[in-house]
Amino acid sequence: MAPLLEARGLSRSFGHVRALDNASFDIEAGEVVALIGDNGAGKSTMVKALTGNLAVDAGEVWFRGDRVVITSPHQASGMGMEVVYQDLALAPHLNPVQNMFLGREIPRRGLLGFLGFMDEKLMRARAEAGFAELGGTVTAFSSPVGSMSGGQRQQIAIVRAISWADQIVFLDEPTAALGVVQTKNVLDTIKRVRDKGIAVVLISHSMPHVLEVADRIQVMRLGTRVATMPARGTTVEQLVGAMTGALDMKDVNGSGDT
Amino acid sequence: MRRLAGMQSVWILGVLLVIVAAFSVAAGTKFLSTSNFSLISQNIAVWAVLGVGMTFVIITSGIDLSIGSVLVFSSVVAAKIMEAVGGDGWSTAFIGILGALVAGIAWGTLNGFLVAKAKIPPLIVTLGALSVALGLAQVITSGIDIRSVPMALTDFNTYIKIVGIPALPFVALVVVIAGGIVLHKTRFGRYTFAIGSNELGARRVGINVDRHLIYVYALSGACAGLGAVLALAQFGTTTIAGQSLTNLNVIAAVVIGGTSIFGGQGSIFGTVVGLFIPAVLQAGFVIIGVEAFWQGVAVGSVLVAAVYVDQSRRAAAQRGSSRPSILSLVKVKQRTVS
Repeated sequence: MAPLLEARGLSRSFGHVRALDNASFDIEAGEVVALIGDNGAGKSTMVKALTGNLAVDAGEVWFRGDRVVITSPHQASGMGMEVVYQDLALAPHLNPVQNMFLGREIPRRGLLGFLGFMDEKLMRARAEAGFAELGGTVTAFSSPVGSMSGGQRQQIAIVRAISWADQIVFLDEPTAALGVVQTKNVLDTIKRVRDKGIAVVLISHSMPHVLEVADRIQVMRLGTRVATMPARGTTVEQLVGAMTGALDMKDVNGSGDT
Repeated sequence: MRRLAGMQSVWILGVLLVIVAAFSVAAGTKFLSTSNFSLISQNIAVWAVLGVGMTFVIITSGIDLSIGSVLVFSSVVAAKIMEAVGGDGWSTAFIGILGALVAGIAWGTLNGFLVAKAKIPPLIVTLGALSVALGLAQVITSGIDIRSVPMALTDFNTYIKIVGIPALPFVALVVVIAGGIVLHKTRFGRYTFAIGSNELGARRVGINVDRHLIYVYALSGACAGLGAVLALAQFGTTTIAGQSLTNLNVIAAVVIGGTSIFGGQGSIFGTVVGLFIPAVLQAGFVIIGVEAFWQGVAVGSVLVAAVYVDQSRRAAAQRGSSRPSILSLVKVKQRTVS
């Protein structure tokens, strides 16, 4: 069976820096794939290329067995893919419900809806259901997101993403800024998302977290995929070895290395 | 942060009430008369209309310095058109009104386009428009005010009362209520807040930020166009030299009313309260015989205090405390004063 989403030989240069160099990636439906690598290895660039945020110089993207060209985040959304960015992209002055439906507000019926009035009640009910489904700790639905903790904000961003994604959710460093308890919540959330049948791409620097939730791990180095391994039976040492390429400690700036 | 924004406009409403109470004690019925408040509301009618557009612009974390000049330009266009058409009836006035609105929207759209598409900072764009619009108005008129405003328009101001409210404040009230509904109840308003709160985030969820910004600045221009019509009705002449501080007065009112200059929060209600404070101060000072110059001193102080409260509130919110100390301090103080 063809993978849900597959990248073949993506390349992209910024000036002299080859951010992606013939890089590949694949993920099956309902699978958690971790994308790891040192800073500048091309993880974020890969995600941007897969979600229509960045045009590539060369390479192909295949979605459910068809070749696709994704040119905008909007198009990716339409295909059922959502990204939770590292900065979360939440509006701090708006409340969780308003954030969740931002850009997708439910209009009121009839003339009022035509005039731009929104069905606040329905949006709130759906948002509460969405948070309840993930066992969230967000309970203050009318407080501004900016007044909430990092963990709660992360959760709001994830709930927003999975509410609209029915195929793949990309999580860029979801646990980087979180404490122990909140991290555990996010990892539990990822498992629940997977159990709903939605594939998760997880970018993380934290090897233990990766080994805990991922089914497969793909390692990037110097803009290309250097290893794919199952999480089961893999050790942190093996991952670090693949990431650093044993002796090579340079970052991607040295474009002549490849 | 809507609840806190509400708190700021509630706080500033308290300040207004304290001022009103103080003047009432000092001047008695002379201050508290219907005619006095009718006069006050007439004085702020034009600014209130401008304030609606300005509130939207500032919530997007922008600024529109050009409204006074755009008002002058629009009134000159309207007066020229009405002069050319001739007559004193509503048909003439209607064409003039249309001309003023078109001129205002054109300026606003140009501002919005330069801000959103050319990525020039709003401060610079509207500073340029301030200069160009006023300059063009002076070129068109050779700097001499046009006095040929149809009677229909000036009579509208002088004689008409709608449900007991003089015509100009009534028009302003309608604009204010409509603006409040659009800002707080519709998708357009929601996007306005979202862009001011996190522009990149708004782009990422698929909001057409550029288009929305153009609409918001066009709205501000439309308000300036409508303000031009009201000013023509009020004074019976264009006011080429009389609007040089209009932009700053309106911006001050918006900010005093709790709309954050950093974007993302604010309310039309706050803006209206923020307009009443200088107007009430001025009227009150005149009645109790204090030189009106003190109004400037008082308004300036309130403005700086309002922004200080806003900033410390933000800082407190970032530290994670739900209620900043400065606000509660002021509240306590205010309670003891009243």
